[in-house]
Amino acid sequence: MTTVASGRSSIGKWIGDHLIMGIGLLVLLYMFTPIFIVVLMSFNDPASRIGYSFDGFTLHNWLNPCEPNGMCDAVVLSVQIGLAATLGATFLGTLMAFALVRHRFRGRAVANVFTFLPMASPEIVMGSSLLALFVTAGFAGVLGFWTILVAHIMFCLSFVVVTVKARLAGLDPRLEQAAMDLYANEWQTFRRVTLPLVFPGILAAALLSFSLSFDDFIITNLNSGQAVTFPMYVWGANQRGIPPQINVIGTAMFLIALITVLAGELGRRRRG
Amino acid sequence: MSHPAPTQAAETQPPAKRPLGGWMGYLLLAPAALWLTLFFIVPMASMVSTSLYDPTGSLESGYAMTGHVQNYLTVLADYSEQFLRSLMYAGAATIACIILGYPLAYAIAFKAGRWKNLMLVAVIAPFFTSFLIRTLSWQLILGDQAWVADTLRSLQILGENGRLLDTPVAVVTGLTYNFLPFMVLPLYTSLEKIDPRLHEAGADLYASPFTTFRKVTLPLSAPGLVAGTLLTFIPAAGDYINVELLGNPQTQMIGNVIQNLFDGGSYPEAAALSVTLMAVIVVLVLLYIRKAGTEELV
Repeated sequence: MTTVASGRSSIGKWIGDHLIMGIGLLVLLYMFTPIFIVVLMSFNDPASRIGYSFDGFTLHNWLNPCEPNGMCDAVVLSVQIGLAATLGATFLGTLMAFALVRHRFRGRAVANVFTFLPMASPEIVMGSSLLALFVTAGFAGVLGFWTILVAHIMFCLSFVVVTVKARLAGLDPRLEQAAMDLYANEWQTFRRVTLPLVFPGILAAALLSFSLSFDDFIITNLNSGQAVTFPMYVWGANQRGIPPQINVIGTAMFLIALITVLAGELGRRRRG
Repeated sequence: MSHPAPTQAAETQPPAKRPLGGWMGYLLLAPAALWLTLFFIVPMASMVSTSLYDPTGSLESGYAMTGHVQNYLTVLADYSEQFLRSLMYAGAATIACIILGYPLAYAIAFKAGRWKNLMLVAVIAPFFTSFLIRTLSWQLILGDQAWVADTLRSLQILGENGRLLDTPVAVVTGLTYNFLPFMVLPLYTSLEKIDPRLHEAGADLYASPFTTFRKVTLPLSAPGLVAGTLLTFIPAAGDYINVELLGNPQTQMIGNVIQNLFDGGSYPEAAALSVTLMAVIVVLVLLYIRKAGTEELV
């Protein structure tokens, strides 16, 4: 190899190794900029109710998180719906992921398409059509917790299927074959081998479901009746002036989720 | 075949037949399928029929099912401007997401080493703060007094009284920001499947890194690129939050129109617009399936 060629390839290698990583980190910085703002604004001491700017540092918001009227009720409702939706969607979605990865049946293609469509549909279309259905079916009077829950399970389902399916498809089938060779029956193999191996995927799916549910505004807003979830509270507050405590909740949610994920990752590394 | 992909071929092969027959598959599938049918497919179907109602009715007096195809012509004539704008904004945001998302996904898949999982967490971490709150903080970043607008003004890129907030730029920035993770994750998934030895093979055959990228990496990541484009473009085209928080009445998108029609009680028109939007989406998804099959979808 000539020196010119090797020189060029080492420049190429340097670019490949560092430039792309640098750009990637810049993009991550872009993704995190609004979060820095949220954290900063949680310490804001606003000079007036209108306008949204950093006027001074205070710990008041963190010490009095529930000061804005009705905000903490909205957070509690969102957490309740989030937990219930996570439970429902994770259960149904995990079963479906097993069906799609482990079983051959007619209509697989249709199942794949109908799992993908809710992820790709605009929320306004899903939300409004669901509301129309609830109204037609005579549920207009009971819009609230249950109708929100039904909607949230619906749109979280696909994300659970995708997440669990990815984990399941990556499993080495020889591990299960080995269990069967050691005279474990179908159920024992599932409980002792398959489930523990798939569990991280199920956990990730649950975490994703909770954050999707907790965060949803468009579909929830259409199907909520009188109930007010946290995103709906934020939306309303945007019209009247945003209390800085909203950013306290945003920061706290972010920290809790991040700690959960990092603890999981740390535990995984320790086990090897 | 334009891109013979060994990894893809292996992926689409049916998994080995299990001792339990097909009925077990249906049994596992049934609950979720029932839920999706009842709360996704049935509402969509009933929306199609709503879109054909006589628009002179109301929720109280009831609607007459008259097969009123006219609704479609009316909404397309009245709101074609917002429709085109939605496609343009969503298109611009999707391109921006590819430009930003591809290097990030590539860096995570090939360059991150032991930091791979941490970077993946960082990609989804913004999800953990409410997206309304995050979009609100863009109001601050793009605000008239903020550093970004100031800098652009002093560089003469923005006029003396030029603004960023309440402009199409702000809306596209918000859309790009909100949907970027949906581009990065599918891209990462398809990039990660690529055998690194293919890169070495390219280099061994005297291809420059760029040629290797163009002839090997890019074609192999095509399924992720298309899936990411669908997951970004479609929700972005139907979004109305970014316009409400970062745009102005002149930047209204089709989602705003549907929301307003729905709020105003014009259900048949709202449904006709929704169905039109869904039709565009289904066509796009079908085109994707013809190219890549259904196994890579989910």
